[in-house]
Amino acid sequence: MTAFFQNLGMSYEWAWAIATICGILLIALPLMLGVAMIIYADRKIWAAMALRRGPNVVGPFGLLQSFADGLKVFLQETIVPSAANKGIFLIAPIVTFTVALLAWAVIPFNSGAVLADINVGLLYVLAISSLGVYGTVMAGWASNSKYPFFSAMRASAQMISYEVSIGFILICVVLWANSFNLNEIVLAQKGAGLGFVNGFWFNILLFPMWVMFLISGMAETGRAPFDLTEAESELVAGFQTEYSSMSFALYWLGEYANVLLMCALNATLFFGGWLPPFEIPFLYWVPGFVWLLLKILFFFFIFSWVKATVPRYRYDQLMRLGWKVFLPVSLGFVVLVSGWLMFTRYGA
Amino acid sequence: MIHVFAFYLFAVLTIASGAVTILARNPVHSVLWLILAFFNAAGLMVLVGAEFIAMLLVIVYVGAVAVLFLFVVMMLDIDFAELRAGFVKNFPLGMLIAVVLLAEIVLGVGAYKAGAMHLGTPDGTAITAPGASNIAAIGQLMYGRYLFLFEASGLVLLVAMIGAIVLTHRQRSDSRGQNVAKQNARRPDEATINMKPEVGKGMTL
Repeated sequence: MTAFFQNLGMSYEWAWAIATICGILLIALPLMLGVAMIIYADRKIWAAMALRRGPNVVGPFGLLQSFADGLKVFLQETIVPSAANKGIFLIAPIVTFTVALLAWAVIPFNSGAVLADINVGLLYVLAISSLGVYGTVMAGWASNSKYPFFSAMRASAQMISYEVSIGFILICVVLWANSFNLNEIVLAQKGAGLGFVNGFWFNILLFPMWVMFLISGMAETGRAPFDLTEAESELVAGFQTEYSSMSFALYWLGEYANVLLMCALNATLFFGGWLPPFEIPFLYWVPGFVWLLLKILFFFFIFSWVKATVPRYRYDQLMRLGWKVFLPVSLGFVVLVSGWLMFTRYGA
Repeated sequence: MIHVFAFYLFAVLTIASGAVTILARNPVHSVLWLILAFFNAAGLMVLVGAEFIAMLLVIVYVGAVAVLFLFVVMMLDIDFAELRAGFVKNFPLGMLIAVVLLAEIVLGVGAYKAGAMHLGTPDGTAITAPGASNIAAIGQLMYGRYLFLFEASGLVLLVAMIGAIVLTHRQRSDSRGQNVAKQNARRPDEATINMKPEVGKGMTL
């Protein structure tokens, strides 16, 4: 895109700046629309599993429900509790929302169609996802209220626990793909399964890693069954208890943008990203971003399915799963994967 | 032009947020400003082409260390008057630490400019192996030339971790943990018994 703006007679720097801003808008605006639709999809799937109808009043099939909800919260009054720490209270939802959008910069939507093609792409994702906890912790502290504070403490321990195992899982993928760049990781999956299946999931050493990544992703985004940060049966609404109006909506949007990001990462790291699922020439006629979108929707269905069917974990069970199960297993797999690659790929 | 603007933005914000970190009255605000300082330092690292270090700075310091900091500081019950009372008493110690840190920076920069260490070039380009990416270059040094130092530092950290666990761990007899394997092994026929107590007698399990 930079070249296009340069042809219009701009200097390289201005062309780069404008191309980047266009790229950001090209990602962020469809993402916002996608988040609105995915909230609708989530509610519909959840309703279907509970034998209910779900939203079906606003617009055809209730399709406009999310927009109606958005308009509703937009028109509400923003209430800041008088005991709250005002600055941090107002910054916290902005942090959550911004961080949820930031990581999309390195997700490749097609061959070369990526906003920031940096060679530490996966580390960038890890860095940004580790920032996500601040929105929650700041909200919990600044609200100056008991339930949000409990939620903040839970969130900070939970996110750190699962980031460790996510780090080890990503190391396995990086070792196999031999790159941190997400586009190269996608290309490394071309024909990875018997020369026919595109994706690392068709690999006896990486398939368990994918299962653990999916579960850790749910814990990292605070989705059910790991939604202890907003466990409504114990903590009212967790860190969002004191929030209203747009500041509440920003949490809502940020949460779903994070879930979509986790789905996109599952697709990109283990299911071939924008590559078609199988190595058949005519499948390449379908544009890459369509395949990525289909895979994201598939993973989102799994997320919704789990939310609708699995009961919430107790906090000690959550910690046990993170530290006593995922951490040793993923660490073992790092040794296993590097040993296997040493003998087969780099051996003698 | 953009990178000059970016440099001054990051540099000014790093120093400003560092200053506010020590000036802020509320310790939680201090930690948040410190996080902003870390973040802008990472931005500066990206500008000199050390993107791997920048990402590690964010992952390790912002993502892990500062979260634990915040976790602890949030739970403190702080008396501000008492905090300020210690200022005069601790002032000489603080000045001493500041002088030591300044001397270390001067020594480090001096040695670097003199070229005593073969870490990089004094003009700021830190590429050890031309053509290799950041990660590959650091990996070659860490797992090649400095392998034993790297492993020794790993051992030091391991000892520190075990030490911390040993110091804080205490066996509690009254806490009841969950034995997941035992629960999974339970079957309905051994978990339930059918009793027929006589009327008015009651029963013990």
